[in-house]
This record gives sequence, C-alpha cells and structure tokens, in this order.
Amino acid sequence: MVVKLTVNGTPHNFDGDLDMPLLWFLREDLKLKGAKPGCLIAQCGACTVHIDGQAQRSCSVPVGSLENAKVETIESLSTDGTHPVQRAWIEEDVAQCGYCQTGQIMAVVALLKEKPSPSDDDIDAALSNICRCGTYFRIRKAVHRAVALMQEAQR
Amino acid sequence: MSAMELTRRRLIQYGATATGGLALGISLAGCEAEKAPLAKDGGKVGLYVRIEPDNRVIIGAPSTEMGQGINTSLPMMIAEELDVDWTQVAIEQMPLMIKKREDGEGYTWVHFPQGAGGSTSVMDGWPLLREAGARARQLIVAAAAARWKVPVAQCATNAGVISHAKSGRTLTYGEVAADAAKLPEPKDAPALKTRADYRILGKPTRNAQARAIVTGREVFGVDAEIPGMLHAVVLRAPKFDAQVEAVDDAAARAVKGVKHVVRLDGPKANEPYTRIVASGVAVVADTLWAAIKGREALKVTWSKSPWEKESTEATRAEMERLLKGRGQIVNNDGDFDSAIKAAARVVERVYEEPYVSHATMEPQNCIAHVREDGVDIIAPTQSPGYSNRLTSAITGIDRGKINLKLTRLGGGFGRRLEADYVAEAVMISKEIKEPVRVFWTREDDMAHDFYRPNGRHHMIMGVDAAGKVVAWKHRLATAGKNARREGVKPEEIWQADFYEIGYPAKLVANFQREYFLVQSGAPRRSWRAPGHTANAFAIQSFMDEAAHELGQDPLAFQLALIGAEDRDLPFPSAEETFNPSRLAGVLKLAAEKAGWDSPLSKGRGRGIAAHFTFTSYCAHVVEVTVGADGKLRVDRVVSAIDCGFAVNPLGVRAQVEGGINDALSVALGQEITIKDGAVVERNFDTYRMMRIADSAKTIEVHIVDSPRDPSGVGEPPVPPLAPALCNAIFAASGKRIRRLPIADQLRV
Repeated sequence: MVVKLTVNGTPHNFDGDLDMPLLWFLREDLKLKGAKPGCLIAQCGACTVHIDGQAQRSCSVPVGSLENAKVETIESLSTDGTHPVQRAWIEEDVAQCGYCQTGQIMAVVALLKEKPSPSDDDIDAALSNICRCGTYFRIRKAVHRAVALMQEAQR
Repeated sequence: MSAMELTRRRLIQYGATATGGLALGISLAGCEAEKAPLAKDGGKVGLYVRIEPDNRVIIGAPSTEMGQGINTSLPMMIAEELDVDWTQVAIEQMPLMIKKREDGEGYTWVHFPQGAGGSTSVMDGWPLLREAGARARQLIVAAAAARWKVPVAQCATNAGVISHAKSGRTLTYGEVAADAAKLPEPKDAPALKTRADYRILGKPTRNAQARAIVTGREVFGVDAEIPGMLHAVVLRAPKFDAQVEAVDDAAARAVKGVKHVVRLDGPKANEPYTRIVASGVAVVADTLWAAIKGREALKVTWSKSPWEKESTEATRAEMERLLKGRGQIVNNDGDFDSAIKAAARVVERVYEEPYVSHATMEPQNCIAHVREDGVDIIAPTQSPGYSNRLTSAITGIDRGKINLKLTRLGGGFGRRLEADYVAEAVMISKEIKEPVRVFWTREDDMAHDFYRPNGRHHMIMGVDAAGKVVAWKHRLATAGKNARREGVKPEEIWQADFYEIGYPAKLVANFQREYFLVQSGAPRRSWRAPGHTANAFAIQSFMDEAAHELGQDPLAFQLALIGAEDRDLPFPSAEETFNPSRLAGVLKLAAEKAGWDSPLSKGRGRGIAAHFTFTSYCAHVVEVTVGADGKLRVDRVVSAIDCGFAVNPLGVRAQVEGGINDALSVALGQEITIKDGAVVERNFDTYRMMRIADSAKTIEVHIVDSPRDPSGVGEPPVPPLAPALCNAIFAASGKRIRRLPIADQLRV
C-alpha cells in the first residue's frame, strides 16, 4: 500500500513499513531533522509537528495512518527565524541546549491558533512538553511576546 | 593583566587563510604549538579566529555546548579583545584537537581543554581567549600602521575598523588581514582591555545559535550523518552486570534491512566501567527503524545478575544498618567527641536522597567509522579527549589518527562525561568495518544511565549555651559516585561524594565527616554539581531545622556560623578557594531582595539556602503556597549569584533560572527505583519530569557586582534549590521534607 501525504506542502508517496512512526519518515527519509526523538512514547513533545493543523507527537503516529494528511514541521514556519513565535524565542533568549525547543515552538504555534492571547493558566494547561534545561520561565515570557508580535503584525 | 597572565608564556600560530584572510591560534602555557602548516586545513579549523577579506570574523568555539552557553560566552572573550562588532562574528564549533606531548607521554590539547565539566570553561577561557583576540588585533593594527606608514600607537580600532585620527583614514580588518598574516610575531604581548572599555563582555548577549535552534537547523549529535552510515540499537543486559550467554538472532536477521548482529561484552560484577556500561547485543541495519524492529525480534539468554536481590528498600535498610556502626572518618578537625559531650544542645536529623537519572532530552548516540588507518567519530560528548583515548584503546589506532567531530549536545548534565555510547559505536564499527550510528531509545537511556548516587545523611550538631555551633558531624551512607571508577583506590572513593571544601568545614572548630559505602549494581557517576547537590540538601535543611529548634531566625543562624571574614579559608589540596564573606554576601543579597523579614499570608512560606559549588556562590529564597489540600505551588524564587565578573549576564540568568527549574523538577518528582537488580522506571510516563505548570511562577536573579575574574555558573544554581524549597514548605505548612522526592509527601 502506498500512503499519500504532504509534508510542508510537498506531496510524498510512502511505500515503506506502515507501522513506522512519522518521526522517522521525517528525519530519516526526508532529512527534516527539526523534530527530535526524545521519549518515543508521546510524553516529552520534542518531536511535535502539526498534522492537519493539530499539534501531534510524531514519534507515536504511524505513517500508515496518514493517508491524505497534511504534515507541517518546524521547517515550515520559516527558514530564517522570522515567524513570530520563532522571533519571540530568539528575543527572549529561551534556548539553552535547544533540543526540545522546536517541539515547544510547534506546540505554542498550535496553542496560539486556538487561543490567540492565552493566560499563564492557559499556557500551563496547554503545554506539556518537557524541557530538561528548565527554560520554562522564559518559555512563558516568549509566548506572551509572540502574542504581542502577532498582534503588532495584524495592526 | 593579572600576575598569572604575565608569568605564562603562550605561543601563537598564524598565517593566511585559503581565501586571503588572517587565521590565528594560540596554545596553552607550556605546550609547544603544533607546527602543522596552515595550508593543511586552509585555516578553516582549529584556530580561534579567522578574519576574511570581506571583514567577516569567524570565531572557533573550542568547548562543547550543551546549554551552558559557552558557544556564546567564550567567543565573546575573543571578539572583545579583537575589538569587532558582535554582529560581524560567526561562530564555528571546533573539532577535538590534540597533539603528541613533547615528553612522549601521550597526548595533550593543541589549544584548550575541550571537555565540559565542573563549570570550568569560562575560567579556563578567560586568560587564553582574551589574549587570542588581543594578539589578532595586534597583528591587524600593525598591518594597518605599516600600510599607512604611521606608528602603531596612532591607530585605534572599533567594531572591526582601524582608524588613523590624524589623517582620517580607515581600513576594515578584512582589508589588512592578508598583510597581517605575513607579519613577524610582535615582540611584546598586547595589553588587555580594562572592564570600563568593554563593549561585548559583561553585556547581556543572546544565545549565538538561537536562530539555528528555532528553525531546526542546529545539528545535534543525533542529527549528524556520514555517507553509507548504518544504524545500530543495542539490547543491553536486563539486570545489572548480567552477561550474554546465548544469542538467537535468526528472527532478527530475518527482518528486512538487518545486516549484522554484534555481541558486546561489558563489565562483570563490581568491575570498573572501562568501556561500556552493560553487556549487550547490537542489531545493525540499513535504517534505524529496521534496527529497532530487528532488536524486537532478537532473543538473548542472559546470565543471572549478581544483583538479583537488590531493591531500593533493601539498599535503604542497608544504609540504615551501616549508619548504626562505624565508617571511614574522612575529615577530623578539633575534637568532635569531647565537644558534642560538652554541648548545651544537640540537634540530630537524617535526610535521604534517591538515585536520579540524567534524562538528557537527546538520548545517547554516536557515529563511528573504524577504518584500517584511522577512525572518524561524530559524538555529542562532554569528554572529547576521553572519547578519543577510549577509541584508541578499543581499536589500537593511534590517538592522532582519530578524528572527533563535536556537535551541540541535547543536554549533558554529566551524563556525557561518560563515553560508553562512543565505545559501543566504535566496538560495533570495528567489528562490521562500516560506518554506524548507535542510537539509544529513552528506555535504553533510563535503564542504563550512570545515575546520581543515592544517599542517607545523618547530621549531628552541638551548640553551646550562647547558641553557637561548636560541633558538627556529617555521616553519609551512599553507593558512591566513584565506586567503580578505574584507578580509584577504595579508601579514596569518598572524595567524589564529600568535598574537601564542604560546608561548614573550617567554620566549625570540631568537625568530622564519616563515610559509609553501600553496595549496589546501579552504575553511578557525575550529575550536574555532583556531591554538592546531595550535601546541600542535607546541610541546608539541617541548618534550617536547627535554627527553628533553637528558636533562631534561619538566616541569622546561618550568617552567624559563616561569619564575615573576607579571606580564603585554608584548604591546601583543593583547587578552588572558599571565601566565607562571599557566601554570606549571596545570602544577604537574596534575603534583602526577597524581603526576608516581610510577613506572608497563611499557607505561604519562605525558605532560604545557599551553597558554594566548585567556584561560585549561589543563594535562593523560595516562596511557596501549600494549600489546605496539601497542594504545593512554587510562587517565587529570588536568587543571588556571585560568579565573579559576569561575562554574559543574560547567560548567567539563564543558568540560574534553568538550574532552579532543573533542581525543582528533581526535588518534586524524580526517583530511580530498583527492583530485582534492575531499574524500574523506563520512560517519562513513570519517571516524573516537571512540566511548565509546576515550574516556578516567578524567578528573580541578582548577580553580585564583583571585581573578581569570572567563575562558573552551570552548576552552582542547582544545589541550594531543594533545601530552600523544603525550608519554605516547612515555613508554609509545618511539614518537614527529609526525603526526596517530595511527590509522595505533598500534592505536587
């Protein structure tokens, strides 16, 4: 069986093992390495991508389940860091080791689509990605800054 | 320049880059610079600074970046003395660079100690990297002066431009870089800037790799590839020190894509970990997924583990039993026994800490290609030198023929001071004669970590009639960080768990420490601020408890013990120095900024703790709310850090904020338990890592304005957090936490 899906706007035909997680298809086949392997059981969120607009953990989504799906990865936001959430991450100097941050950013982009101006409680409730460096304090600030940047862009 | 710098002689090496610019390197004191011609590498690697004709400045980052910020802070030192604009600078990770020592005794660094551990990179870099920048600037200015035929003294620099005020002429660095490369070495060492002249150092500077990180372009170890690379996953011994008895690989080899099955022999009971952490069988395939599937199909028969009976409960009981007897007295100042008998009051408590996993977000991985005449390695490692040495030991190939490329690390925290995963990749590649990446799943990583050691601390304090601490004894039972480290004598194992400069040594006249080693099959080694974290929890909780028992304010009690002496205490064999007034200083600063004496509403509480970790001093005041239902919330953390001159204040703040949340995560929920000789927790569903919801709501960091040279910040924020938190919980609720983690004692 061939699975037809698009990744960052490009159509792909996948004819490999249908059980293989999307994460490996992105990283090993397409060489899109922004999504990271962390736990491989959908706990840490380092592999977060958008599937049909929803933030999902690509380590636990088999490619076989993605017929006609639209997958978007961190690489689709911008290649130069100019997406408002990326900008906020740079301006608030969030990253330490940086490994989890692409997943954090993808989770936040999805959150802001749902809730364009989240409160701290909304952020706490929505974000479950793990950051081992403990950058949470700056992540919270960066989410608020991203909101401000997005509002600025709309004016 | 400081006296130390004047007495050191460094050697510089420079020449033209392939594109007609200037490349400059500088070698450590006492090391003969490698005479390899620059043409060999085109000035592309190995040299700290390159100035291209188009005025781009490329600075080499010598050490490995794991989130501690040194790929920003170290290049800042060069850029400052070079006097370029920070926006001109691009930073490149340098590979491992070693060379044969003059005396033939193995190898040494070409330029700089490239490992990262003990919060030392900034201190190591401070004299050397500034001089590298200044030397390059000196050559650039000399080249401009020669072109203009004016004295060097009439030339000034700013932001990568040389100017001659009298004639109004200017040149960019790039325009004279080629000339500079041909100049003879100036006789006099250049003067270094004073702090008042700094344009880059001491200024808040963002992570230089931020853009690459947020776009997913930054290359971590697990993202690197080499052509023709195969993928390996290893099935490791299910119980500590078990051995491979038989392998049935028929089903594994039948999986499409599986190419090799390789047996890896690891340590036996109580042997030092000289190569890998556990025996195992590697499944090698042309894709990672095939390797994972192949491993699922692999059948291995294991020998019985010598640790079958080990459990967390049994070890805990054994530590308790040991502490009833006598251990190894490792420090003994004054006369503790007489002083405790004569004391007006005696306070005694026990504190316990579990095994903790490193849980770096990037699981362990390494690429190795063992060829006939050399080895190529790409590894996320804190120990490039050790990785190289180990590779040589495994392959028999000379260390100089082992190329080790460094990547960014998805966290280190001490886990990547070990090179077991490098050894695995090398052993597999040596066997199959092909390039291979070994990849660890999270389950592999958590079940086969080198854990932070467990510990049971029995604390005894004697106080005289005036309330002064006159006797102190710290008795520690632990599995020990270095119990299975090659070359460590049994009687010296304690030195990695207690430190010579360990509070309150030299501050209490009658001071004793007693050490007990408990047997365990769980591997253990360094975990961010190793023994400091364990000790600070016990000591700073104990100080708080004693103060309450004696009816004193915890801050005043601690300040009275520390005293105010502005001098380094005598610890003859310690590398670092401890100055009591600096510890008192961070306590007072944090307390003042937090409003230590101001009242809090019911259910809220404030706790304070401080610790000296390797080179720097850090104190936290934690404010918590404990609800009527026992629910804990960390409302605010106010911190003070004395790390000498803050090279990058924004980076220092990041380390303190992150260290707070890292330590909080550990204190709240992290625990590795052992059952039947194996680790129980396997992934983040059972090993509890803190999410944003439980993190500190507000963090305020205050950096002591210090005239001293910079010292480390990667580790010092971690140790004082857990005791400050538990002291706050007591203040808020009257509940005293003496065993970590907190999760089963409060609602967190």
